[in-house]
Amino acid sequence: MADVQAPVLGEYQVIPHIQPDAMAGSKPYVAKPDHNKPLGFPGELVENWEQKAVAKLGELVNNSRALQVFLDSCVKCGACTDKCHYYLGTSDPKNMPVARQDLLRSVYRRYYTLPGKLFPSLVGARDMTKEVLDEWYSYFHQCSQCRRCSVFCPYGIDTAEISMAAREIMDSVGQGQKYCNEILAKVHRIGNNLGLPGPALEDTLLGLEEDVKEETGIDVKYPVDVKGADVLLVTPSADFFAEPHIDGLIGYGKVFHAAGISWTLSSHASEAGNFGMFVGSSENLHKVAKRIREAALDLGVKRIVVGECGHAWRVAYSFWNTLIGPFDFLDRRYPVPQHICEFTYDLIQQGALKFDKSANDDKVVTFHDSCNVARASRMGSMPGGQFIIPRAVVKASVNKFVDMAPETIFESTYCCGGGGGVLTDELIDLRVKGTQPRMLALRDVVESHGVTHVAAICAICKAQFSKVLPYYKFPMDMIQSVHGLVSKAIQLGPVNQ
Amino acid sequence: MPIEVNGKSFETDEEGYLVNRSDWNEDVAKAMAKADNCDLSDNHWEVINFLREYYDEYQIAPAVRVLTKAIGKKLGADKGNSKYLYELFPYGPAKQACKYAGLPKPTGCV
Repeated sequence: MADVQAPVLGEYQVIPHIQPDAMAGSKPYVAKPDHNKPLGFPGELVENWEQKAVAKLGELVNNSRALQVFLDSCVKCGACTDKCHYYLGTSDPKNMPVARQDLLRSVYRRYYTLPGKLFPSLVGARDMTKEVLDEWYSYFHQCSQCRRCSVFCPYGIDTAEISMAAREIMDSVGQGQKYCNEILAKVHRIGNNLGLPGPALEDTLLGLEEDVKEETGIDVKYPVDVKGADVLLVTPSADFFAEPHIDGLIGYGKVFHAAGISWTLSSHASEAGNFGMFVGSSENLHKVAKRIREAALDLGVKRIVVGECGHAWRVAYSFWNTLIGPFDFLDRRYPVPQHICEFTYDLIQQGALKFDKSANDDKVVTFHDSCNVARASRMGSMPGGQFIIPRAVVKASVNKFVDMAPETIFESTYCCGGGGGVLTDELIDLRVKGTQPRMLALRDVVESHGVTHVAAICAICKAQFSKVLPYYKFPMDMIQSVHGLVSKAIQLGPVNQ
Repeated sequence: MPIEVNGKSFETDEEGYLVNRSDWNEDVAKAMAKADNCDLSDNHWEVINFLREYYDEYQIAPAVRVLTKAIGKKLGADKGNSKYLYELFPYGPAKQACKYAGLPKPTGCV
């Protein structure tokens, strides 16, 4: 267990004095050949990796005008410096977004700009050395790719893109990260991040049916691989495994049951998440997403609905069409893809669902906007739907709802501290420190409004919260799935028939 | 970093999980627990044994909910909840108990 020092929550958010190299020792375990090879990456650090890394950087810049603009256009205005939760939580100046970008930008300048080639020291250009690689490995794994900084950058520079590029370069020379690559290899082999085989999935779902029957007296089904179902639900595999994720899955099933819409999960596409994005690998992004298209075609569904997973929704909403489209085989009267919150929200609007909110009267609930939903996608047909719709679903299920401070939610939401492929035990110190701004905002509504629970629509947020809440003296079960709240309040049986 | 048990050395990964599941025996579990200052009681063993049985059948550790239900049946309803499992395994029942049971660490957003 890593040594963890949780920051003390002050009265208000303080921009800390810098502590150079405070987090220089933070780095995730390096991936082994077994993790790398199934992804198409070299097993370990290759010979001549310096030249190969520089060449890969050139290739990425050539292929992405956006990346080139991000690397060329920073004017060092400083607007981003106090916007990163990891800087606020760790005080390490390399966790200021501009400094994180400069780790890559300095190498770009050295090899791909004229001033950098001629006068490197005058323009902050650096040779690609082992020290630089080590620094990349450490600090590009202290970025959760949450894009909060890009909201405040006057040029719209997206540090997440730079962080993805750096990780892609490192993977291309065999310096990958164990957590992400081990998971991606499992998805390719078994179909989900957990490595949950079909029979275990079926057993888990049967258990849920028993539990719901016991709780409600109603036969709610949690079907898998049912051909001809109307809806294919793809959801993070954590929904089959962890708490409070699984309460959300129970809730999805109840919504489908109450609406009388046939649905199915797929054992082939038993994962909505796509860590291909975290490591910046378009090949892996595509390969993971392709399973969902294959399952949808194989099962002959008319619609695809995505469960509560932040980055899955970004991939689905923003990338699926070009990655695994066209979706001409789906029913175009419905959004492709559709978020489970949007699905439930539409049913609520139609009056198709009944709730007894008093079932959640033991709770005062707030909502944590997950970064990839908030800043990298939308939901529904209205602007800001990604903020409005999940809150509307929560408010339909609970009587007492309070938002956290406006500068910490919506598009300014603070990351949970565990996104982008850093949700791994060896980075727990980083994760605890990085969640400090979120915990402070939460603490304020706990004290001022008696908030007891925080709801989220991302498997990473939920796992991260349940781990870090106790470091800030909150109970770990304070974190809830939005559809876990739905599950408690929704009325099944005759009332809906 | 290998773990030494009864004069034998077994390979483990960075976090102390056995690399080869077939290396497992009860003394390995005890040695791992001892390194975490944890004495394995009968109730710990109920969890460890259930995990191993489930893994033999399904090649994966059970969902937390499946585990709590099974433990509730074995040890009484008051113990069939994650709170009790966290008392037994403060680093998290899924991860810490899997380690002592010689199973790989659950991966993903958990």
